[in-house]
Amino acid sequence: MQELTEGQVLKIMENYGNDPQQLIAILLDIQEASGKNVVEQKWSVLSSKVLGVPLSKIYDILTFYAMFSTTPRGEHVIEICQSTPCHFTEAEQIVNWFEDVLGVKVGSTTDDGRFTLFRTSCVGACDVGPVAKIGDDVFGNLTLDKVKTLVQSYREGQPNLREALVCQN
Amino acid sequence: MSKLKTLVSEGAGKINPISVSDYVGIGGYEGLKKAVTMTAEQVIGEVKKAKLLGRGGAAYPSGSKWEHLLHIPETPKYIVCNADEGEPGTFKDKVILGQLPLKLIEGITIAGYVFGAKAGYIYVRGEYRKIQKQLITAIDNAKKANYLGDNILGKGFNFDIHVISGAGAYVCGENSALLNSTEGKVGRPRIKPPHLAEVGLFLQPTLVNNVESLASVPAIVLLGGDEFLKVGHPDSGGTKLICLSTHSAKPGVYEIPLGKVTLRDAIYDPELGGGVKGGKNLKFFHLGGQSGPIGSPALLDTPYSYTDLRKAGLTVGSGAIVVLDESVSIIEYLKGVTEFFIHESCGKCVPCREGNKQLYAILEKLSVPGAATPADLANLRRLVTTMTAASFCGLGQSAAVALNTAWKHFKDEFEANVNKTPAVAAA
Repeated sequence: MQELTEGQVLKIMENYGNDPQQLIAILLDIQEASGKNVVEQKWSVLSSKVLGVPLSKIYDILTFYAMFSTTPRGEHVIEICQSTPCHFTEAEQIVNWFEDVLGVKVGSTTDDGRFTLFRTSCVGACDVGPVAKIGDDVFGNLTLDKVKTLVQSYREGQPNLREALVCQN
Repeated sequence: MSKLKTLVSEGAGKINPISVSDYVGIGGYEGLKKAVTMTAEQVIGEVKKAKLLGRGGAAYPSGSKWEHLLHIPETPKYIVCNADEGEPGTFKDKVILGQLPLKLIEGITIAGYVFGAKAGYIYVRGEYRKIQKQLITAIDNAKKANYLGDNILGKGFNFDIHVISGAGAYVCGENSALLNSTEGKVGRPRIKPPHLAEVGLFLQPTLVNNVESLASVPAIVLLGGDEFLKVGHPDSGGTKLICLSTHSAKPGVYEIPLGKVTLRDAIYDPELGGGVKGGKNLKFFHLGGQSGPIGSPALLDTPYSYTDLRKAGLTVGSGAIVVLDESVSIIEYLKGVTEFFIHESCGKCVPCREGNKQLYAILEKLSVPGAATPADLANLRRLVTTMTAASFCGLGQSAAVALNTAWKHFKDEFEANVNKTPAVAAA
C-alpha cells in the first residue's frame, strides 16, 4: 500500500470542514488510510496545526480510545473478542488457532506486516461467538477451517473467499 | 399464545433498511405524521402514559426526562441518541440500527419536533462502522423524501440528524461521557448536577435517550400511551428486546412483552432461547450486561419486568441475558468481568481505576486452592462497598454488581479455595 501523503491527510480534514469537533472521526479516517492502522506523529502534528487543537489534546484522544494506535500495526488487524459472553464460547481456542495459522503470538504483527493479532472487548456480536473482527467486518461461530479460510482470503487478496462468512447487521 | 411481540422490531430483516418507501410500506412514518398534528405537551403526555423506561440500562422514565427538558426555556436544544451499545452480551440496538434505521430516525425526528430542537446526533460505537455508513445513507434518503431536513411534511419544521462515531470506549455509554465524546473530546464523564437536560451537548439543554427508547416512540404516538402500556407491565409499558448469548441453544435478539414472559420462558421456551446448548444444565445467568446482576436457577420463575426483576434482586439493564452452563466456574467468570472493567475504566477516579485491579488480584487468589485467606474475603467485601459508594460514575459504581450478586448465590465457591487455618505468625 502507498504511503499516506500530506495532501491526502489535508483532504480528510477538509471532508469534515476542518471542524475540531470532528477530531475523532478525522483521526479514525487517517488511521484507516494509513495502511498500517496507525496515526503517525507527523499527521498528529499536521492535524494539530490545521484544526487549531493542541497536540496534547490529540494524544489525549489517541491514547484514550482503544481503536487508535500510535505505533504501526498490520495492514489487517485481527481482533478476537475476549469479553465473557465470547470467552466462554472457547474464544481462547480461536486465539490459539490464529496464532498457529499466522505464526505470531497474540499482540504482535507478522514479519510481512500484513496481520496483527489482538484480543479486544465486546464487539456486539455475542450471538455468534466466538468472534473475530477484521477491519470493519465481523466473523462469527469460528472454527479452525474458517480461521484458515479467513487468513488465506486476506493474505491472497481474495475477498470472495470470506464473503459468505461475514456477519450481516 | 406467542411469547414474542413485535412492536419496535416490526419489519426488521424484512425490508431494505435504507429504503424509505419500504419503511413507509410497513407503516413507517405514521407516528411522525400523527405527532406533527399534536402539541409538544400532548406527545409527552402519551410518552408518560406509556410508562416507557429507558432501554439503555438505567430504566429512567422517559416521560419525566422529556417533560423536564420541555420546561427548560434556553435554546437551542439538542437530541442525542446513545447508540454506544457496548455492554458485553448486548447486541439489540444493532438490530434497529442495522435493520430498521428509519424507525430510529423517525423516533428522533418526533423528539426533534417536540422540543423544537436544532439538531439530532446519533453516537454510534466505533465497532459498528459499517452500520454507521448505512445509517448516513438512510438519513440522506429520509431527507430526499422530506421526512427530514427543511420544512418537514410541509409543517415548517426543520431538523437534521448527524452520525458521530465512537472509537472504542465503553465508558462513552455513560451519557455525559458520550456528550464529551460527541464534542470531539476524551469521553470521561462529567460531574452531575447540572442535569444534561439543562447543561448538555455544547452546554445546551439536551435529551439523551437510548436507541430502543427512541425507536419505541413512533409506536407510542401511533397506538397512544394507554395501548402501549397495555402491551407490557402496568409499571412499564411496551416490549423489551432481549439478547440471549453464550450457552443459549438459540442465541439472538427477541422482542418480548414486558411482564408477560418469565426468565424461564426467555431461556427455555422453544420460541425464545430454547434451553441450554447441548442439553446441559443451567448454572447461572447474567442480566443486563457486565454491570448487571447474576442470578441462579432458583429465580427462573421471575417475570421479566423492571418491577419483578428488581424485587428479585435482579435488573433488566440493557436486556442482555448471558446463559452459562454447569461447566463455568463463577470465580473464572467474575475474573472475566473484572478484566473488562480494568480495561474500560477511564481512570478518572481511584475507586474504579484501582478497585477493579484489586478485585482481580483477590479473585486470582480465590481461583488457586489454599492461596486466599479469610482476610482476602473480608477485603473483597470492603472493596465492593467502597467502589459502589465512592466511584465517580455508573461504571465504577456498578462494576461490582455481578460479584456482589454472585456472592449471594455461590458463596461456597468463593470460600472453596480459602485456607481457613490461621497463619502462624513469623517469629
